[in-house]
Amino acid sequence: MQAGELIAREQAELTEDHVTLAWSILDQVMDPEVPVVSLTDLGIVREVTPVGGHLKVVLTPTYSGCPATEHIEQSAKQALEESGFNSVVIEQRLAPAWTTDWIGERGRLRLKEYGIAPPIGSASKPQLDQTIPCPMCDSTNTNEITEFGSTACKALYQCNDCLEPFDYFKCI
Amino acid sequence: MKRFDDTTELLLQLGDSAMIQAQRLCELVGGAPALEEEVALMNVGLDLVGQARNWLEYAAERIDDGRTADDLVFLRDQGEYRNLLLVEQPNGDFAMTMAKQFLFDAWHKPLLEKLCNSSDERIAGIAAKSIKESSYHIRRSSEWIKRLGDGTHESHERMQRALDQIWHFTFELANPYELFNTLDTDNIAPGIKALCKEWQAIVATILAEATLTQPETAENNYLSGREGVHTENLGFVLAEMQFLQRAYPNASW
Repeated sequence: MQAGELIAREQAELTEDHVTLAWSILDQVMDPEVPVVSLTDLGIVREVTPVGGHLKVVLTPTYSGCPATEHIEQSAKQALEESGFNSVVIEQRLAPAWTTDWIGERGRLRLKEYGIAPPIGSASKPQLDQTIPCPMCDSTNTNEITEFGSTACKALYQCNDCLEPFDYFKCI
Repeated sequence: MKRFDDTTELLLQLGDSAMIQAQRLCELVGGAPALEEEVALMNVGLDLVGQARNWLEYAAERIDDGRTADDLVFLRDQGEYRNLLLVEQPNGDFAMTMAKQFLFDAWHKPLLEKLCNSSDERIAGIAAKSIKESSYHIRRSSEWIKRLGDGTHESHERMQRALDQIWHFTFELANPYELFNTLDTDNIAPGIKALCKEWQAIVATILAEATLTQPETAENNYLSGREGVHTENLGFVLAEMQFLQRAYPNASW
């Protein structure tokens, strides 16, 4: 279905096709801090449902104090409304709490290509002293510089082989 | 001080403590001993501001007198703040900053663990979100206590001095607290009765590993952050934090 058709039928009942279209639009909305991963890559879009002719989108914040939360909500709403969805309702939901386990394979690959080491292991089965491979040269000879990096979701590491410092997307 | 229902009192204690701890951390912008540490201090502060917002939004809904979470933070005077006395104390040197952070984290993390099982779903949701962040906070602050305590002669002396100076204000963490008994029985915070014992155990373990001497358990006195009876230090924190909203009401960006 094309966005133009939606505009023409904005008062009509929303169908499964509209929901699929909405998901694909949200898949094009990038995270403002890490602009190579989309909202769906991050797993923060929890639900897209039609509610009485409108679309309801449920988002979950990554970290409690993430300053990008409002910006993300705004961009999601704007992208959907520009494609013809009328009065999109964005709802924030805390539970279940966001986990990096919801970042899919494509998201992890995109992070690595961008120079950010993707989260290692599973947050539901935490392991101490994980080795974090360097996203540039894949060496496992790396060390943590600080547990808190340039944004709340990252820690700072350095590779002892290629000497490049890099961000690690923490596993939470 | 006007007293609200027990659950709202708990939300205010959590929100206010996180907020004031965050505000103290943010005073260190541009003044931390190393760039990486500054980034870490601000990250912890940011997590806590986010958590404070979640708790206080819920508190504001329950109070239901038209005030928002922002109003609670920027327009209440010190007698209405419920934060722990510990967090309003000045940062001092890096040893003091980390001693305060650790003593707070050793209370905060086990408290959040209990709240994850709250019969109030909203509280359980915020706690489950916050605990992921606070687990990182205590890991870092415990490492600093150990590194400085079991470090050089100078770092040991300064960490011990910080601990001795701030210890006085830990009576709110170390001793049983009546409201918690009620909240425990009501399943708002199941297990919270045991919190003071857990705090003591965590602190004892880390201080021992850090080769630091633990002072005698601090005794209750006339002060009580939870009941709005604060040290003068909170007034200075609020004066800076609230200046803009007081001078230019409803200013926004």
